[in-house]
Amino acid sequence: MKTDISKLLQKKRKQILETWMTIQLSDESLRDNLMSNEDLQEQSNELLDELLGTLNDKNIKDSGSADFDRVREVLSGISISRARQGYTPRDTGFYVFSLKDALLQTLQQEIKDDPEFLFQTSVYLNKLMDAFGITTFETFIQGREDVILRQTSEIAEISTPVIRVWDGILALPIIGTLDSARTQVVMENLLQEIVESGSTIAILDISGVPAVDSLVAQHLIKTVSATKLMGAECIISGIRPEIAQTVVHLGIDLSHVVTKATMASALRYAFNVMRLEIKKIQKEKADN
Amino acid sequence: MDRIPILRMGKFLLVTIQIDLYDRLATNLETDLVQMVNKTGAKGVLIDISALSIVDSFMGRILGNIGSMSKIMDAETVVVGMQPAVAITLIELGLELKGVHTALNVERGMDLLMHKIDLTDETVQDEDSTE
Repeated sequence: MKTDISKLLQKKRKQILETWMTIQLSDESLRDNLMSNEDLQEQSNELLDELLGTLNDKNIKDSGSADFDRVREVLSGISISRARQGYTPRDTGFYVFSLKDALLQTLQQEIKDDPEFLFQTSVYLNKLMDAFGITTFETFIQGREDVILRQTSEIAEISTPVIRVWDGILALPIIGTLDSARTQVVMENLLQEIVESGSTIAILDISGVPAVDSLVAQHLIKTVSATKLMGAECIISGIRPEIAQTVVHLGIDLSHVVTKATMASALRYAFNVMRLEIKKIQKEKADN
Repeated sequence: MDRIPILRMGKFLLVTIQIDLYDRLATNLETDLVQMVNKTGAKGVLIDISALSIVDSFMGRILGNIGSMSKIMDAETVVVGMQPAVAITLIELGLELKGVHTALNVERGMDLLMHKIDLTDETVQDEDSTE
């Protein structure tokens, strides 16, 4: 009769946990400043509970089994919370693999008399724990990926504000490289704002754009054309000498677009178009 | 057959498109409008497309055609009230509506037309103080 592996491990649960804790605590790279031993014990206890609770003779051979969904959930939770606490993926990986060591040690002690069975079980357990280790890495990377995605969208959001500089004049400072996706956002924001504010002039300031290549210029021209279609005029300002150079070298035709070197001159042009005048208030002389 | 009404307002023709255009309607509009320009001797055509939410390359071309046709019949065309989504679509389709003036709303479009005709036709009564 074969030994029931899950029952055996359940019975030796306490011993496994102890071995596991010993392995973890004896490791030099243990970051005891990040988590207290009690917390670590609790965390390990929870994971072991879940694992031993679901493990049976059938699913031990299949690491992708749906039975382990709950275990994977716990592992993901551990991986995420550890990542937040400042553990490296290596630490978390070691945490899972040290459980493997503990399990294998226990097995070795328990099944001495049946080497074939011991070997089989060890192989299965190895596979299973490796899969779990990979799960923690995946979760870690997924977490990072989410953060990056969020930051990307946040940057896209913050970096394209539409400012009403004057009644009927909008300014849109563009900071960072313009790609298709951002142009879309910029264009939509700008056109929407033109409708809402009833503005007739929009100033696109590109002094914050590090480089202009033919694609970026293409996007700029698209934005200008769309603004024209809406019945507003679009001025491009903030053209630095380097940008002027590249634009001409690339053979991009900006002649049908009003371009100004600075925001100030663009604003002056806009005032001119709207027939507005700025006057300096004459200071009354002190002796008068 | 459905037709889009063309209103005469002094020297201008006023077209407001209140429904989504389908191809037949658009070609009819093109023919009718040119006929009207001829019949009334209008100097300006104002097309309000603020209710138009869907546009394809055909519509874009029709709008451009109307502009060019009116132009050679000595009338200026102003398209007003284009929605942002429509503007973006037209640009992505590569249609810049050259030969057509644009304005944000009907009021601005009217001003623009008056201004354009002021410059070309001296007999029109001045409403704005010309510079």
